[in-house]
Formats: sequence, structure tokens, C-alpha cells
Amino acid sequence: MSEPFVHPYIPNTAPEVRAEMLAAVGAASVEEFYADVPADLRLGRALDLPEPLVAEQDLARHVSGLLARNVPTTERLSFLGQGTYAHHVPAVVDEVIGRSEFLTAYAGEPYEDHGRFQALWQYQSLMGELLAMDVVNVPTYDGFQATGTALAMAGRMTGRRRVLVASDVLPAKLSKVRDYVRVHLDLETVPPVDGTADVAGITDRLGGDVAAVWIETPSRTGAVEHRLQAIADAAHAVGAILVVGTDPVGYGVLTPPAEQGADIVCGDIQSLGLHQWYGGAHGGFIAVHDDPRFVMEMPSRLFGLATTDVPGEVGFGDVAYDRTSFAHREEGKEWVGTAAALWGIAAGVHLALMGPQGMRDLGEVLLARTAYAQRALGAIPGIRLTDGAVHLREFAIDVAGAGLTASGVVDALRAEGIEPGVPAGEHELVVCVTELTSQRDIDRLAAAVTGLVAASAAEAAATLDTVATPEEHRA
Amino acid sequence: MSLPIAPKPAHRRFHQARWDEPVIFELSTPGERGVLVTAVEPGVRDTVGDVVATLPEGLARRTPPALPEMGQMRVLKHYLRLSQENLGADLNVDVGQGTCTMKYAPKVNEQLISTPKLSAMHPLQDPADAQGALEIIWRTERMLAEISGMEEVSLHTQGGSAAIWANIAMIRAYHEANGEGAQRREVITTIFSHPSNAAAAKAAGYDVITLHPDADGYPDLAALKRALSPRTAAIMVTNPEDTGIYNPAIREWVDAAHAVGALASYDQANANGILGITRARDAGFDVCHFNVHKTFGTPHGSGGPGTGANGVSAALAPFLPGPRVVRDGDRYRVEEGGPRSIGAIGPFHGVVPNIVRAYAWIMALGAEGLRAVAETAVLNNNYLMKRILEIPGASAPYATGRRRIEQVRYSWQELFEETGISSEEIGIRASDFGMHYWTSHHPYVVPQPFTLEPTESYSKAELDEYADVLAEVAREARETPEVVRTAPHNQTVHHTHHDDLDDPERWAITWRAYRRKYPDAVGA
Repeated sequence: MSEPFVHPYIPNTAPEVRAEMLAAVGAASVEEFYADVPADLRLGRALDLPEPLVAEQDLARHVSGLLARNVPTTERLSFLGQGTYAHHVPAVVDEVIGRSEFLTAYAGEPYEDHGRFQALWQYQSLMGELLAMDVVNVPTYDGFQATGTALAMAGRMTGRRRVLVASDVLPAKLSKVRDYVRVHLDLETVPPVDGTADVAGITDRLGGDVAAVWIETPSRTGAVEHRLQAIADAAHAVGAILVVGTDPVGYGVLTPPAEQGADIVCGDIQSLGLHQWYGGAHGGFIAVHDDPRFVMEMPSRLFGLATTDVPGEVGFGDVAYDRTSFAHREEGKEWVGTAAALWGIAAGVHLALMGPQGMRDLGEVLLARTAYAQRALGAIPGIRLTDGAVHLREFAIDVAGAGLTASGVVDALRAEGIEPGVPAGEHELVVCVTELTSQRDIDRLAAAVTGLVAASAAEAAATLDTVATPEEHRA
Repeated sequence: MSLPIAPKPAHRRFHQARWDEPVIFELSTPGERGVLVTAVEPGVRDTVGDVVATLPEGLARRTPPALPEMGQMRVLKHYLRLSQENLGADLNVDVGQGTCTMKYAPKVNEQLISTPKLSAMHPLQDPADAQGALEIIWRTERMLAEISGMEEVSLHTQGGSAAIWANIAMIRAYHEANGEGAQRREVITTIFSHPSNAAAAKAAGYDVITLHPDADGYPDLAALKRALSPRTAAIMVTNPEDTGIYNPAIREWVDAAHAVGALASYDQANANGILGITRARDAGFDVCHFNVHKTFGTPHGSGGPGTGANGVSAALAPFLPGPRVVRDGDRYRVEEGGPRSIGAIGPFHGVVPNIVRAYAWIMALGAEGLRAVAETAVLNNNYLMKRILEIPGASAPYATGRRRIEQVRYSWQELFEETGISSEEIGIRASDFGMHYWTSHHPYVVPQPFTLEPTESYSKAELDEYADVLAEVAREARETPEVVRTAPHNQTVHHTHHDDLDDPERWAITWRAYRRKYPDAVGA
């Protein structure tokens, strides 16, 4: 290189200081530090990467230019859910998690990172209130992982292999969970009836070899389970553990699973104060009762309250650290590592802002708008709701009766700037509404679908006419 | 006194913020509101009625959750105070968390991602509406393929250990596809590889064999050869190891694994010192992963979200987790994993905001910049090692007289024997000077360990300051040990009592558990 390469991110590329440091360690060049890297493993050329944009303004222009090609949900009318949800994120949430002190911290100790410990312990506590459970982990990666771990815990605790999957689960989540536990557990499906779990079917399949019954509520299609206590009683009668996968967003109005017999409650916190981020902002919670048999099976960090030398001071530390892979490698429970702490802090701030009344209001508006959207779409000729369960935020419609396919509906409505939902099978479309979806938005979707159904009917009629003409027969 | 201002003392007179902030539940005032929710429209209510009152029996929550009730500014103030009581990498010379590569996460990248053009994107939108996001994911994967030498890269996983899980899940699927799943039941790792390699392999059902280094601290090739057999599924190793020692026989390790039909998995958590110098595929590895949040400059978020990058050879590519981003001409689309894919590890495309940050970080540096990152990280490390080894009582066990790559595992054993002050106590006292310090991963094979990794981000003056702090604490350990033992003195809180944390009767993991266990507590 002709000029010394000095980069703003790398202060010691400044030539004088570099020379000074080399001299201080008695090295002629940095090459000496790589003495252990064999010559035949050396790359021996420059990496083949795009030309860098070293000036900040050039970098900003390039990256912003790429992102400008995105058309976000704020510029479309979106009814998309299926794991990632568009909820309002209060400004204070973004302000707090944007703070350098939280954003750039990592693994500090309870002294220099007291704030991180308190914020995450408060997250555990706020989630504990919402879920009515005494133990909540520092977030793991996402709801998929949380569920995989919850079932693995049940397997370890019972020493049994069978798991009854009694709800409709997102396919990607089921795939992850199945691959995660398959060495230890066998998943068996008990098909739901009319959207929710088949209690009689579960009871028939239960036995002394069942580790856990796994319920998802809301289910893949947003159906809310309403017979949890009966399922819990049946599971407990044979010594099985009830694992409930859920989205906590509804528990301002809905009875939390712990009050209906759930032993492990798990799921994702994206709905609690996180933007959609193209599906890139998920965190997993695992909640249990304050029972050491359960707690000692949890792989995640658990922060706990502690006293200090000064009366009245609030201190923190790791609870039962010896459970973890940090303490005992493969002898710990599964593993723990960098996961989703910042999202946990965000969810805590969100719950603190919402308070009990905010979570109640949110739950009510979600239930009301979901019911409204169900009626609006279900009233369209040829469109049918797939079940009669109570739904929170999502529900499925069957469009076969209108002569449509789910992907056909999606393609047609995208042309109008509407993302009507996510196809799940040839004729099933899962529609999602949140507090960001207004009555007017739902009416617009219903009108668009109505138009599509009418066009489809007209086309079908025209086809029939055409078929009936003699010219057509001759051709 | 008048000007001029006197010179600064030798050590920074730091004091961490101390707001003495209560836990948030104690700040609740009934009736206050932090944020309001949009109202149900009259038209909706007229149509659906009272949706809560008409819920099936037992479904309506009877007692509202006991969340705090607080005005918005009070919530903000509480959390801003907590943030001030936290020492982020932006504020300290964050070289004390070896193995974790606490480098600068550029602010421009925070600005770039802070747009609805990214944050308001739903992962199931029409790919035509997501071309920017998809192109950035695709381009970042291709750049990481070049940096690692691997055929394909996936950014689907959400952290380093999640990527390790993906590695072992792919290895497991590969052997099963070849009919050797039942035969290959063992995974071999080393004690100075990250503990998640051992732990994830165990979680995947494998028996774990952990090798210790030879007398000189180098990974022991003879021990590996004794451990390898037709039962071996894979070796899973970090290189350089957490000692900062690069295994000069790494090619022989990989070849020995291949000779028994095992795969070789490379934990590249410690890649920061070898970017552009040497690559995983060139050493023969079948799979590898980067901790993108470490090596590629995304902020660590108080413990995540991170991002993992899984790199694979052509033979392992069919096993990559899905979904994948595929380029068709100048367009990008999403493809679900094929029949041999291990499927989703998590939702959708991974931690997208981190992927965009990493893309911007690499684009700001280019090939020459990445090489400068590596060389400077290594120069900084060897410079800091010289400064640390000048402190009486500190040592760098193993490979005596040899250089290290990007970090060093040190020992205070001599100081401990002389003063009784432990590495942990030194770390707590170092925090009084505004420095973070970590001992090391367990088990403490190196006695009284500490691991420093200066990365490329800190100036010589900052490295000097860090070394000066440790020298000062070591001096205190000899001359005024009570000052060290009773630390911290300048922190948010004082010496914390940990006895309650291991007793199920006494631990308090949530506020509700605390109130239940300590009903008479003041303020509870």
C-alpha cells in the first residue's frame, strides 16, 4: 500500500503509535505474532471483498440505498403474523434500549453492571406478574428455543420419552422443537378439534410413559385454549408435565396458564415492545413455579435479589449458577450463551409502561378487533371461518367455497397494496389483526376480499357460459 | 485555587453512578398510566359486544396482573438511572472480557438500522417488497463465505452458541444420512474451546470427550489420535483457543478426524486476530461458525441478541438450517430448506438488525481493513501482554516466550500465593477504576485466571490505562489488601452477599416470590 492505512475504528493504525508498540514488544513486524500459523494455511492474498466505503457518508448512502428498496408494513396494509407481530412500540422502550450503557454492555458483573442485573431481574419479575409465576428466566433466543427447552426439561424430570402435541403449532416451530428434542423425546400429535385441544383424545393417549402434554395457546391459527385445567388434571394424574407455549400479549384479560394447572409456560416476547425487524427481534421466556425440581433443570441465567453490606441497598447475583454450562460445561443443563437480553429489557420497560390497565386494554382491543375481523370476513359468501374457538389476534379462513386459493388471494390483494395474511395450505389463509389494525383497515380488507370473491364468481359464471356454447365444443 | 488546573493523578478518580434506585414495583402509584392503548371503535364494539364478558368460563382473568402503575416520565427516569448504573463498552476500556471480542460497534450503523424501512418489515411480506433486506442478507453471507473460505454461509442463528447447536445438528444429520448415526456417538473437544461446544454436543445426544493441552499449552495431537475412533462424530474445537494460542497442527487435527470418518467443526469465536490471515476451509474444516456480534462489530446488547454465521463445505451445504436467501439474476427470494436441511433453528432469517450492522461494518473496512483489524488486534494483545507480564505476580502460563494471537489467559497464582487475594477480588476492585474484568470460563485449569482481549478498538493509551489499573490493584493486594477485600468502594452497590442465591428456600427470582418469602420485608 502506498499510504498508511489509518481507519477510524482502529486507532492503533496510526503509523507512529504502531511503530512504538512494535518496538515495545521487540517485534520487527506483526508477522512475528503469527509464527504458529503454518505457511501453507496462510491465505497469501487479499480477501476478495467489495471495495470498502471508508468515508462514513459513503457508507450511509450505500446502506440506506439498499434499505430504501424495502417497502415496509407501514406503507402496506398488513395482516401478517405467524410468529412476528406488528404492535405499537412505546417511544420510551426504544429510548431505553438505545442507551449506550445497555446497548453495548455484555457480561459485566453485578457491580459495574448493576443496572443490567436490575433491569433483567425486573423483566423476570414483571413477566412473573403477567404470567402469575414465580420464576422467569433471562431470555433465551426465542419462543422456539424456549419450547424446546421446556419439553427437554420435562423429559429430564420424568425420565419419559412421549410428548403429546395437542395444539396446532407453527410448522417452523414444530420443526425446530422436534429436531431439538428428538434424541430424548418422541412427539405425537393429538389433532385438535374445532381449533382447540381434544381433551378426550389427550386422555386416551396419556399414560405413565408420557413426559409432557404440549399446548399452544393461542395456537398457530390464534385459537385460545379454554380447557387447560381439564388437560392439566389429566396430565398430572399420570405424572406428566403440562407445558404451555403462549404469547403473553393477552394476559391482561385472559387467565394465565399457571392458574389453570400449567407447570412450565414458555413462548416469545416479541409482542411486548419489539418492532418486527423482518422477524429479527425475538426472545424466549421460560416460566415455572418456585419449585427447585423445575428451577434446577433450567439452562438459562436466573438473576436473584441479594443484600449488600449497606442496609436498604438492592443487590443482585446469579441464582443456582451451578446448573449452567458456564459452570460445568456438558454437565450443566443444555447450554447458556449470548441470547436476547436487550429484548428482555425492552419487554420489561414495555410492561412497566403498560401497567395492569394497559395490558387489559390491549387484550380487549385485540379480542374485539379479532372478533370484528372474523365477522367481517366470515360474512363474505364462500368464505368460511375454520373453527368456532375464541381467537386472539389471528384466525384462519377457508376460501375454497369462493373458488379461490389462499395464494391466489394473496397475489390478488398484494396488487392492491394489501398483505391479506399467510397461506397455510391450499385454501386456508391465516389473518392477523393487532391494535395497529383499525376498523377501517379491516373493512378495507373485507371489501377487497368481497371484490375478489365477486370477480371469481363472475369468472366462474363466464366459464360456464363459454363451455355451453357450440363453438367451444367444435374447437 | 486558580488556573492552571493541576495535573491528573496517576489513576482515574472514577465513581459509578449511585442512584440508590428502588425496584420498580416500589415506584407504583395506583391510577397512574405510562402509555395509553388505542380505543376499541364504537363500530367494532357495536358489532362484537363485550368480548371480555362473553369469554368462555374461566378464560377471563379474575385478578389483574400486579404490574406497577407509573407515569411515563417516571418509568423513563427509572430506566435511565439504571442505564447509568451500567458500564457499557462505549464507556469503558472493555478489554477485560476475553473470548468475547468487545470491540467498537459504530454509531453510524445504529443510525442506519433505525428506519421503518427495516424495523417495520414483516418477514412474510412479498419478497418483492423486501429486496433490500434480502440483498443485504445475501451479500453478508457471501462476504462471510469469502472470509471463511467455506462454500455456503447461513446467518439464520441468533448467537454463537445457537450456531454451535446448528453445527452439531448438521453433523448429526450428515452422519444419519450416511447411515452412521447410530455408530458415531462421540464428540471430541478441548478444555480451552468454548464450553458450549461440549454442552451443545451433549444436548444433541453425544458423549463428550474433552482433551487437555500438552505441557506447553498446545492442543495435544497425540491425545486426539488416541481419542479418535469410528465412534467419533466430530471434533469441535476453537482456534486460537481461549488461551490465545493458535494450534499449529490444526490441519493435522482435521486430517486425523477425517481419517476416521469424523467431521471437523471450527468454533471461530476467536477469529478476530486471523481475519484475512488464514481461513477455516483452508485448514480443511467441514463446518464452522462466527460469532458475528463479536468479530463483526455489532453491539452485545447486555447479553444479546447476537448473531451466528454457520459456514459449511459443499458436502454439508444441504444440511444448512432454513430458510435461505437465494439470488436469481438481480432479484432475491426466500427458499425453504431442502429435504436434508435441519430446518429452522429459530424464526425466519435470524437477527436481521445485527446482520445489517455487520454488513455495514464489513463494508466500512473491506479486505485491507479486515486485515488491519486482525493485525492490530494481535499487536494490541501482544503489547498488553508485555505490560501485564511486567506486573509482579501476573503470569501467562503455557507457551513461555511465545507470542499470542488475539487474547491471553493469564494467572494471578503467584500473587494469590503471596497475598491471598483472588482473581475474582482483583476484578471487583478493578471495577472501582471504571474497568470491567472477568476471570475466565470454568473450570479454572489455569489457576486464578483472567483473560484479556484488547481487540483493535482501543488506543495504546487506553491499554496502558488498563494495565496501570491492574498494576495498582496488585500493589494494593500486597500493601493494603483490605482495600481490595472490601471492594467495591466506588460502585453503585457495595459488597453483595450471595448466600441466598443458592438456597431454594431463600432465593428470590421475581418480586412476587420475594413478597411471598419475605412478607414482613420493609416496602414489600
